[in-house]
Amino acid sequence: MTTISRRTVLQGMGVSALATALSGLPVLAQDRTAIRIGYAISKTGPNAAGAGISTTPNYLLWVDDVNKTGGITLSKLGVTLPLEVTEYDDRSTAEETVRAVERLATQDNVDLILPTWGTGANLASGPTFDRFGYPQLAGTAVTDMAPDLAKRWKHSFWMLGGGHDYAEALVALLVKQRDAGTINNKVAIASVADGFGIDLSKAATPAFTEAGFELVYDKTYPLGTSDFAPIINEVSGLGVDTFVAFSYPPDTFALTQQSVVANFSPKVFYLGVGTAFPIYPGIAGPNHNGVMGVGGIDPDSEALAAYFERHTALNGQAPDSWASAITYASLEILQQAIERVGDIDREAISAEISSGEFDTIIGKVKLVDNQLRSLWTVGQWQDGKFVGLAHTERDGSREPVVPKPAWVPAA
Amino acid sequence: MLFSAILTGLVLGGTYALVAMGLTLQYGVARIMNLAYGDIIIAASFGAFVLFTALGLNPLLGMLIVIPAGFALSWLIYAVMLQPLARRSRDRGRLEGDSILATFGLLFVIQGVALVIFGSGFMSYSYLAVPIDILGTTIAANRLLAFGLAITFGLGLWLVLTRTRFGTVIRAVAANPASAPLVGINVDSVARFAFAIGGALAAAGGVVVSMYLTFSATMGVIFTMKALIVVIMGGVGNLMGALAAGLILGLVETLVASFIDPGLTLAATYLIFLAVLVVRPQGLFGKAAR
Amino acid sequence: MKLVLALIALAALAFMPSFAGPYPLGLMIGILGYGVLATAWAMFSGPTRYISLATVAFFGLGAYTVAVLSETLPYPVVLLVAALIGLVVALIVGLATLRLAGIYFVIFTFGLTELVRQLVTYYEVNVTRTLGRYVFLPLGPEHIYWQLLALLAATLAIAFWVRQSRIGLALRVIGDDPVVASHLGIRITRTKLTLFSISCVIMTLAGAIQAPRWTYIEPSIVFNPTTSFLVVIMALLGGPNRLFGPLLGAIPLFLLFEWLSANFPNHYSIILGLLFIAIVFVLPNGVLAAGESLWARMTRKEARA
Repeated sequence: MTTISRRTVLQGMGVSALATALSGLPVLAQDRTAIRIGYAISKTGPNAAGAGISTTPNYLLWVDDVNKTGGITLSKLGVTLPLEVTEYDDRSTAEETVRAVERLATQDNVDLILPTWGTGANLASGPTFDRFGYPQLAGTAVTDMAPDLAKRWKHSFWMLGGGHDYAEALVALLVKQRDAGTINNKVAIASVADGFGIDLSKAATPAFTEAGFELVYDKTYPLGTSDFAPIINEVSGLGVDTFVAFSYPPDTFALTQQSVVANFSPKVFYLGVGTAFPIYPGIAGPNHNGVMGVGGIDPDSEALAAYFERHTALNGQAPDSWASAITYASLEILQQAIERVGDIDREAISAEISSGEFDTIIGKVKLVDNQLRSLWTVGQWQDGKFVGLAHTERDGSREPVVPKPAWVPAA
Repeated sequence: MLFSAILTGLVLGGTYALVAMGLTLQYGVARIMNLAYGDIIIAASFGAFVLFTALGLNPLLGMLIVIPAGFALSWLIYAVMLQPLARRSRDRGRLEGDSILATFGLLFVIQGVALVIFGSGFMSYSYLAVPIDILGTTIAANRLLAFGLAITFGLGLWLVLTRTRFGTVIRAVAANPASAPLVGINVDSVARFAFAIGGALAAAGGVVVSMYLTFSATMGVIFTMKALIVVIMGGVGNLMGALAAGLILGLVETLVASFIDPGLTLAATYLIFLAVLVVRPQGLFGKAAR
Repeated sequence: MKLVLALIALAALAFMPSFAGPYPLGLMIGILGYGVLATAWAMFSGPTRYISLATVAFFGLGAYTVAVLSETLPYPVVLLVAALIGLVVALIVGLATLRLAGIYFVIFTFGLTELVRQLVTYYEVNVTRTLGRYVFLPLGPEHIYWQLLALLAATLAIAFWVRQSRIGLALRVIGDDPVVASHLGIRITRTKLTLFSISCVIMTLAGAIQAPRWTYIEPSIVFNPTTSFLVVIMALLGGPNRLFGPLLGAIPLFLLFEWLSANFPNHYSIILGLLFIAIVFVLPNGVLAAGESLWARMTRKEARA
């Protein structure tokens, strides 16, 4: 048993050393039968649920969409090639993600690598993408460090903004409501103690205070909290019109259910990741109406409606209304950049992503310092859609409904 | 405020106790450290979910199907997989190691099957999310149900164990599996039965929990860990211990969240757990170790 | 002779980064990382039979020390501080768990890991107001590889020395029967504490060395309880009472994980689970023992022929 496994290791090493040596050789055009895409995504472990909603279905949809039209045209080689996929399970650990990217880049020699799900994992794999010169279009990473990271890793593109984008947009929106007299001055914040929650609350706390709001409750709760009765009970006695939770699923759902049970129905009820998930209306029932959260979509966009339809048809579930469309748009950007370059020249593709303008399901976009700055920041469930109320570059698609309808108690 | 926090805490503790009771039986009597315990809970949650959403069967009636299924599945797991290990091992340490490895494998199998069938997404439905007013404190009916079931199972099984002949047999196996055969007890079948009852309890917990917690295929391990903490704190094999430990942990969590800082709830529960063990190495209700 | 062979093997492995590609190097880093953890774990848990799930607590503390201090102190000093922190925590834990046995010890160490994670999280959230930390050290994979290789060599050397020395014997007696041990005049507390501390310091260093590989550190990444479980499984599989047992459990398991997640990304869990169950039945005494008995059978056949 031991000798066998040792021999396999040695053999594996020999083969891989050879493969690495060969990888320097240019691939000839006539050898190409496909454009090889690789990705490592969390299929097991704690990140699997999030990856299964925002990331994996979009990769599947994109590959399906591209291959249905015959593939991507490489004009310099005079061919149109379909996509071929190599996928790994990174088991929700940073170490696996890093190694899987190394493997895709140097062992499988794939043409392009799609990023994994989540802020931490995208940051962890950033240096590896950079080292091998693969463009990294991080569609599910929220970080205020994005400008620095984009400078540090030239091939990295940050598509989902930073905590301050979302927090400040929310505060600006609430200032209008307060000045119009629809809500009072008191705000309660509960944030999950993980990277996302802290990033947002760190930006939100000073923004609320500077805007003259009174923060009567500003606490964090640990990841893995299952019962929110104590928080909701306390907050419901504080006379706030605005409840903000920078939360994570499944807390986002539990907070909703607990608030309904406790009949704590503030005029503004804002939650974090998970609010934009397609299952949210299913969980909240009639009470999803009027709930605000991070993200949003343009309900009048035909391109987006068509995307929702295709996504649902292929994956059997609708996309979420925040990171999904961004993720798909980032793939469209990648595709158009490849076609403009006309070859799998990763340096040129990265340069094109960085400087070009692209036509995507979220409209025409152009990256600013390797960051997508055209984002919906605050959304609200209205008539079955999670509509964008605030955008970094344009006006909201709908007016906010404040106060939201009162909770309908369960029968 | 204090009263409300205590009530909320007790009800939360009921959930903890409920999901831990089956494990304390499995470990205390059958001597299997079942790392796949939480995945049985999740499997039961999926069962209740499917019955509710596909067949429109309400989860309370669903229990009538899911609980026997949990019993049968666990009975089978023990008979096929664990009994040979128990027979093979002469000493307790050996069985502990083997059962850790084997149930670690089982954990992956159950989780993998759930992933293939249901995918990795969140599952949720809501049942009995009706507010109930108890002396001014509002509590969800489904959580109250979990508390009620925990108390019922805890007291009921405790009565069976202490007041009936069959209970005495189970306790004999738990206390000394080596000498139980000397008085004509079939240790194999008693252990198998206890393991299956543990599985039925896990299934009951899974159904109730699914009424108010959002779950996903990969969340089993969270329940296993919570259950292990409760079981060890209460004293292995002791149902009253599991009940008390569950309630204490629920109380601590809620009191800390209400009066100190919700950010410290889990730190406080682990601290209490560790403190109990430092003072009482055999757990609250446990007999002296080994 | 054995020493010479070991040194040659070490030297050969040290040259690996110069000819292996990044992926094999990444694999080796993973193997070495788990090899160190499993060997260090077995150093204490093998002879005493105390199954500890605190591995990742020390591993994570090491990683966090690097994340916090890497920009203010020179790297070697950071490692030293990490080792010291590991030592202090190990002594506290060791003293707190003296009276615990069996499953109570197991779950205590698990609870402890979660407590450490919660406290680190709370501190970061409320004091520094940030949760993720960035480690930008100019250390490439080959540097991490060399450090881990050195740590593994040191760990094996210590484990070898422990087995030869009185302390190792004392520990085995404690594991077999603590009452006999105390009658023999073995200072149980001191012996256990010493070994536990050495083992934990090594785990802390393993975390510290690997931290630069991820760039981004947050509690859910470095205090992942799965790591603790995997280490136990690897050591049990290889045979925790043999010098090379844990290492030889770590290598095939690690490669198996890698192979499964690459070739069966959608059925990884099921296949892995079934394999585990099969291993328990087919190789009841661990991989190394199975290899040895196979070897014994083959040589016997040869002798007969």
